[in-house]
Amino acid sequence: MEKSRKAIVLQSSPYLVWSILFIIVPLFMVLYYGLTDEEGNFTLANIAAIAQPEQARAFGLALLLSLAATAICFFLAYPLAMILARRRTGERGLVTTLFLLPMWMNFLLRTFAWMTILEDGGVLNGILSSLGLPAVHIINTSGAIIIGMVYNFLPFMILPLYNSLASIDGNVINAARDLGATAVQTFFSVVLPLTVPGILSGITMVFIPALTTFAISTLLGGSKILLIGNIIEQEFTLTYDWNLGSGLSLVLMVFVIINIVVSGLTEKREEVHR
Amino acid sequence: MKKELIRLDHVSKSYDGQMILDDLSLVIHENEFVTLLGPSGCGKTTTLRIIGGFEKPDTGKVIFDGEDITDLAPNKRQLNTVFQKYALFTHMDVGENIAFGLKIKNKPQSYIDDKIRYALKLVNLEGFEHRMPESLSGGQQQRIAIARAIVNEPKVLLLDEPLGALDLKMRQDMQYELIRLKNELGITFIYVTHDQEEALTMSDHIIVMNQGYIQQEGSPEDIYNEPENAFVADFIGDSNLMKATFVRDGLVRILDTDFPCVDKGFGDMKPVDVVIRPEDVELVSRGQGQMPGVVSHVIFKGVHYELEVQAGGFEWLVHTTKFFEVGTEVDIRVDPFNIQVMNRPASEDEEAISPEDEPPVLQE
Ligand SMILES: Nc1ncnc2c1ncn2[C@@H]1O[C@H](COP(=O)(O)OP(=O)(O)OP(=O)(O)O)[C@@H](O)[C@H]1O
Ligand SMILES: [Mg+2]
Repeated sequence: MEKSRKAIVLQSSPYLVWSILFIIVPLFMVLYYGLTDEEGNFTLANIAAIAQPEQARAFGLALLLSLAATAICFFLAYPLAMILARRRTGERGLVTTLFLLPMWMNFLLRTFAWMTILEDGGVLNGILSSLGLPAVHIINTSGAIIIGMVYNFLPFMILPLYNSLASIDGNVINAARDLGATAVQTFFSVVLPLTVPGILSGITMVFIPALTTFAISTLLGGSKILLIGNIIEQEFTLTYDWNLGSGLSLVLMVFVIINIVVSGLTEKREEVHR
Repeated sequence: MKKELIRLDHVSKSYDGQMILDDLSLVIHENEFVTLLGPSGCGKTTTLRIIGGFEKPDTGKVIFDGEDITDLAPNKRQLNTVFQKYALFTHMDVGENIAFGLKIKNKPQSYIDDKIRYALKLVNLEGFEHRMPESLSGGQQQRIAIARAIVNEPKVLLLDEPLGALDLKMRQDMQYELIRLKNELGITFIYVTHDQEEALTMSDHIIVMNQGYIQQEGSPEDIYNEPENAFVADFIGDSNLMKATFVRDGLVRILDTDFPCVDKGFGDMKPVDVVIRPEDVELVSRGQGQMPGVVSHVIFKGVHYELEVQAGGFEWLVHTTKFFEVGTEVDIRVDPFNIQVMNRPASEDEEAISPEDEPPVLQE
């Protein structure tokens, strides 16, 4: 007993060292900087700064855009995941690969590609004008940022949904039909409730990176539209106010933790319920 | 004669160009316990899914109570299914599972509550309303699946190997419960199994299938005592299955020995198959029987001994209550009415012996 526990500790020690160095230590540094001023005295000012107009606006916008992107991802991903889950195993591989292919490309490259598509003189407007349609101005708007978020994070919504849909026994759906439910009734009373865990992890996996992004908003928002991620980034790289940057990061972290806890709790309630 | 309830009319079904059911026709009568029996992959589930409406036949019709229901959606059919692996709704408790069909039909809550209580009592699980399916044993889940189906008062209950996942003792208990349930409800059961013993125990009527064809149908006694071909004889119970020559009416040559039999009309000197059940082979002292042999193997089986006897170059399977030492010299004797003579199919195809299934051992 004693020995095996020792062995486990020994085996996991590289991982422990790694997580202490790169997760725990930085976390405490953020915590320390966030709760102190330049002289190292304790203060809550860095955190309270979220209430200042510029920061509050950036934070509100980030919340709004990431919620919108999450919702769009959900409504796009659910039908896609259903189609995928219905395929036979052989075909599934191919379709999944097609969806995951863009993910193997660098994230920034993908977002740059959207810049050239959405630019005023870009690919999209080229197509529109060749069809005789009026040009649209999308680049450097909130819309462009949402498109970038949806494109980049959609696979993270599809995968957990697909996993939970594919794990539903086909005969459970047949059973609902057998007991008199129409296809629509079956969807809402059986399929949707059974995929709640997938929905929750999909939402978490899209909402959190969308809320905290600064790359997408920089590239597609043209530094005119600032999200909370941009503000934090600027505090670290432009104004070198690590204290303020860390304080705002802490606020963001609280939201991330709330999201994870809430979805965790909902899942557990499901678990208890079953 | 009982009233006809379900008829499959020349039904065919293929997947990816592979024929699963080929021109299958069958009739099921009201209030019968009908079993579809056959080896794995022979198309039993497919047949059941066509009756349940989860699969559409490529050709042919499904008639229910005189009406063509071939294209009717499963939720519109007056029958319910108990699926092979229970298929309970894991996000609902037992009561909600049972109530599912009734809620869909907008029955009043008091009616639903009564029905849940009645159904749980019927399957011997009173007080289980608020348990979650995953907290139940396999046998209990299966009962809930049955309760969920029968509260809808279907005219027909389809059961796809409902006891397949249970241990032997549980299977036997459930077999009796299912028979009791069927008698109490007074409805038709269509039961799928690959277990011949289960089929013989439970059914009023057995349909033996192989590779999408019906091999034989009839009462359990008919199927066991009068198999129509080598496949059925081999599949139903232990048997001594041999190639033989039908010398003339009342005489068949098995392993170069002439045995009197009661069968007639197979022609003169025609090749046939014969089956003799192990309990119908009598062992008598040397010189008293029809064919000499030597006991080569003895196993005690509780009620009887299972013996192997080498005689005429064939390994005979014999069930007897008398003990014989290995090496005992005996004679084999078979009563004429215990020899079942069957037509030998002209080709393998005609008989459609499943390739995965061990083909019956035939010896000259
Ligand atoms: N959806 C499907 N797609 C392709 N082939 C199928 C499909 N469903 C069944 N089959 C094939 O049809 C044949 C018959 O299947 P079926 O499920 O009816 O057999 P079964 O008699 O119920 O067998 P078991 O006792 O193993 O359940 C099998 O060879 C199976 O592989
Ligand atoms: Mg089956």
